[in-house]
Amino acid sequence: MNYEEKLLELMSLDTRLFVLTSENRGPVVSVAERFPDRFCDVGICEQTMVGIAAGMSKFCGLITIVHAMASFLTMRAYEFIRTDIGIHRLPVKIVGSSPGIYSEFNGPTHQAIEDVALMHTIPSMNIFVPADMNELVLGMEKIISSEEPWYIRYNNFKGENGHTDFQIGKAEVIGIGDEVAILTYGAMFENSLKLLNLLSDHGIFGKVLNMRCLSPIDENAIVTAAIECGRLVVIEDHFKFGGLYTLISEILIKNKIVASVDSFCFLDYFKAGSATDIISYYGLSYKKIFEAIYGDV
Amino acid sequence: MIDIEALTGIAFNVRKNVIKMSTNGGCFVGSAFSCIELIVFLYECYLDLPKIVQKEKRRDILLLSKGHAVSAIYGYLVEKEVLPLSALDDHNTRIDSDIYLHPNQKIPCIEFSSGSLGHMLSVAVGAAIFRKRNKIPAKNIVILGDGELNEGSVWESVLVASSNELDNLIMIVDRNNYQANFRTEDLIMLEPLASKFSSFGCDVYEVNGHSFYELDGCFSSLLHNNDKPIVIIANTVRGKGIPEIEEKWDKWFLEVTEEEADVFLKKLYKCA
Repeated sequence: MNYEEKLLELMSLDTRLFVLTSENRGPVVSVAERFPDRFCDVGICEQTMVGIAAGMSKFCGLITIVHAMASFLTMRAYEFIRTDIGIHRLPVKIVGSSPGIYSEFNGPTHQAIEDVALMHTIPSMNIFVPADMNELVLGMEKIISSEEPWYIRYNNFKGENGHTDFQIGKAEVIGIGDEVAILTYGAMFENSLKLLNLLSDHGIFGKVLNMRCLSPIDENAIVTAAIECGRLVVIEDHFKFGGLYTLISEILIKNKIVASVDSFCFLDYFKAGSATDIISYYGLSYKKIFEAIYGDV
Repeated sequence: MIDIEALTGIAFNVRKNVIKMSTNGGCFVGSAFSCIELIVFLYECYLDLPKIVQKEKRRDILLLSKGHAVSAIYGYLVEKEVLPLSALDDHNTRIDSDIYLHPNQKIPCIEFSSGSLGHMLSVAVGAAIFRKRNKIPAKNIVILGDGELNEGSVWESVLVASSNELDNLIMIVDRNNYQANFRTEDLIMLEPLASKFSSFGCDVYEVNGHSFYELDGCFSSLLHNNDKPIVIIANTVRGKGIPEIEEKWDKWFLEVTEEEADVFLKKLYKCA
């Protein structure tokens, strides 16, 4: 099942769901046909779409789901998200497509690698960062039906990994080793699993924390991993500031935990290219991360 | 028939209340005074106020997009005893007060916390799209400042309103010819304003925004079945009611002493 199929299923069960797009209907192209009364394409105006969604949720009792590229949605429409959804804590779901490396050949204008940081500055905003389409679909029911605002970092990667049951604010932990913990989310998940396997091939045993949600974040899982392993590796397709690395740093400081933390992320806008090439060029591939942290093994 | 004398009396008292609020940290008196007849007319003659106060699901919605003029609404709510008289003293004075310079949805009749310009039209469009599709007859009204029309998001929303044939949406432009510190036409030209809205697919009406007689005629003549969003350009005077502040660019925001307020109260005249 993919995002669109799950959304159609949820819409058939819950008449409060209303879908909005801003011209790019990519992930929800059949909603217009199936549910024309609960679909509106407002044209290329992300901020207005967000305001419209706020009005529908506030005055019509709807759960609105807005779609646009993550870059334009979280940045062009930021103030509308903050003011009209965030302040009013409205049940609007903000689905940002092509986040992080998935912008691929579009260049820096289309890159959303500060989206998590921006959404995190809104106190009422929740953030869902699925590792692949399987996990996106797995989390949708709880997140879409929630009465709270959510930012969904859309991910249509057809990963072959199954996932454990989804709980809001709970990380998925893979592996039981206690020498290193790899903390990640979204597009970097599979890469992190490969790193875990490569490490184990070299006799280094650790675990992967697939964070799933960055707000609320699984503080307990992070604290436990830091105490158990003492060494954390954070991999994310996001700027260093305001992403998972920042969140983990804050949690370690708050809990007075000393741990080694290596960060693999973006420090600037990246060159246009395929997702695979971007990961490799910027040293985010599991092999390069392995060399960077265990080059002497 | 509307009772123009009674409405004029209410508007006069609302202005008094705004002047009282201007002694507590100040408020946007100039902006509020240009839309007081609009506010009084809408709540007294056009909207279903009890349903709004009760927050009934299918109530009429009035959104003040030029949020800095909210003292006009607060002044009206005090006059109608929806808010207590003490609300005037609470304005800007206590950290735990819900009454401050911009609309706060915790206050009765304030539907949405606003103040950042260019937001409320899109919010109203959202309500109007769903209500039109579902044949919910309640009114959806937004009061926009003319300076606010500098914001591109307003025009985005007009395009969407027009494309969705929202004849259940009323945009009222408080055309007082001033934005914060300038005459609108001296900074970013808006004229010919009516034809701009017409070209965007709206039904445009013009009215003297201080005349209850004209407002009644205008609102009685609105067409709601032609698939066109409605724009009412209400020609107004910033600071209307006190000659010393009328059409003065620097009298947008006023903070006055009790003594100065007394002088203003004596100079206040009845408009209509």
